[in-house]
Amino acid sequence: MALLEIHNLDVHYGAIQALRGVSVSVEQGKIVTMLGANGAGKSTTLRAVSGLIRPTRGEVRFDGKPIHNLPPHRIVEMGISHVPEGRGIFPGFTVEENLQAGAYVRKMSHGEFERERGRVTKLFPVLKERLAQPAGTLSGGEQQMLAIARALLSKPRLLLLDEPSLGLAPLIVQVIFRIIREINQTGTTILLVEQNIHMALNAAHEGYVLEAGSVVMKDEATKLAANDDVRKAYLGVG
Amino acid sequence: MTTFLQTLMDAISVGSLYALIALGYTMVYGVLRFINFAHGDVFMLGAWFSFWVTTKFGWAGEGAHPSIPRALTVMAIAMALCGLLGYLIERLAYRPLRFAPRLNVLITAIGVSLLLQNTGQLKYVFGTENQRMPTLLPATTLATVAGVNITLIDVIIVAGSLVLMGVLDRLVYRSRMGMAMRAVAFDPHTASLMGVNVNRTVSATFVAGSMLAAAAGFLYATKYPNLNQPAFSTWTLLGLKAFIAAVVGGIGNIRGAMVGGLLIGLIEQFGVAYSAPLSHGYITGEFKEIYVFALLILVLLVKPSGILGRLTVEKV
Repeated sequence: MALLEIHNLDVHYGAIQALRGVSVSVEQGKIVTMLGANGAGKSTTLRAVSGLIRPTRGEVRFDGKPIHNLPPHRIVEMGISHVPEGRGIFPGFTVEENLQAGAYVRKMSHGEFERERGRVTKLFPVLKERLAQPAGTLSGGEQQMLAIARALLSKPRLLLLDEPSLGLAPLIVQVIFRIIREINQTGTTILLVEQNIHMALNAAHEGYVLEAGSVVMKDEATKLAANDDVRKAYLGVG
Repeated sequence: MTTFLQTLMDAISVGSLYALIALGYTMVYGVLRFINFAHGDVFMLGAWFSFWVTTKFGWAGEGAHPSIPRALTVMAIAMALCGLLGYLIERLAYRPLRFAPRLNVLITAIGVSLLLQNTGQLKYVFGTENQRMPTLLPATTLATVAGVNITLIDVIIVAGSLVLMGVLDRLVYRSRMGMAMRAVAFDPHTASLMGVNVNRTVSATFVAGSMLAAAAGFLYATKYPNLNQPAFSTWTLLGLKAFIAAVVGGIGNIRGAMVGGLLIGLIEQFGVAYSAPLSHGYITGEFKEIYVFALLILVLLVKPSGILGRLTVEKV
């Protein structure tokens, strides 16, 4: 059984249907990526998993338990952490406070928190130098790192990443993807939404291609990267 | 000089009360981005609950004998009742409208305000007669400095407000619940992704704000024992001035509400004391409200975000 099972999901925003029968399954320990154009339903799928929107039909199971009717904070408690599109850091909080907010569900003592913070900032050394700085003054790449670090502080079993490369310089994108792989190697399962398809397929084990709210393709990442249709439509090759 | 110091004393005392009420406006605005116009009525009910509890306990009329423990008991009960009321207002009136346009919520707030006033006027609630708040605190003058009487009541008002504001400041900036409140204030969706229970946090905000209003209501009734009937315009005006205090200080900003409250107290009290003497009687103390509203206009013109408010710039 997969860690996350999305089955036949429909989501509506008012009268507009954003997802049509989307099914995605994410095995424990894997990086799975969802690809597709703007408006294909990638972010919506993540928002449905983390409880920010309620599906109109279908179900989401985490570890076998249905979660599609739970409020977001209960889903975080179960071990899913969502780094939303645009990072969603708290600009007026310091870096330290943002990290504390990330650890909110774990009710740790100060000492435990510092240990955990140390564990996470090992991946992002730049954050350690900026703990007292308001998060709004960080650069885009640093904000993205902060958003991921903050998500890790809830000790998730499944990390949802929504376009972590968005708006970042190519060099920073490389760093972010290296860190994503490291996080995965320490045992965290990752569901990654990306427009940078090249990087995403490089990092992921499996990929889904979404179009207009439906899954149109699903395969191993290497096979998708070699697929002519994918290359033509999304990689601008061929 | 004596007039000056006496006025200053009054201003600090009244200003603390405005600050206590302003905190409720600003906290709710902080988390939900709307003005809870029923908040002034919660303050009014805090005063009336205090009256009700005091008479229920037989601490009025013949049984009256001022004591600080009694005063604290009455204040605590009034705070508990208003806390519950604040919870219910949010739960029943505002939560169903969480995702409705802001205008709907604003109109609802005015509706809640009218509901509270008119329920308070019912025959079996508080009625339409003015009452006199029984004396719970001895009218002791603790000291006379430079001709200014420092009364026990003023000291308790200022000290009590400071303690409550200190507790609130700690709650908001040093506790887990406060972290949740501040996170929700930035963005409820992101806060929920951190595992914050947004509904519970909003409830807590209403409860805390209403309790502070109740404390202000109690202290106000103690200082000014002539209790106007629940729908009397004095209450609306007091609530409005506390709201102005919140705006002047920077709405959504807790420390701003404290500063704003004090500032309104100063302007109002000095307006009362000095209008007539300085204008040779052409302007009377009745102008105090005009000064307060003029300050509001001035702040809105010069620094619309308030004294301590900041326009937040988001990085994309």
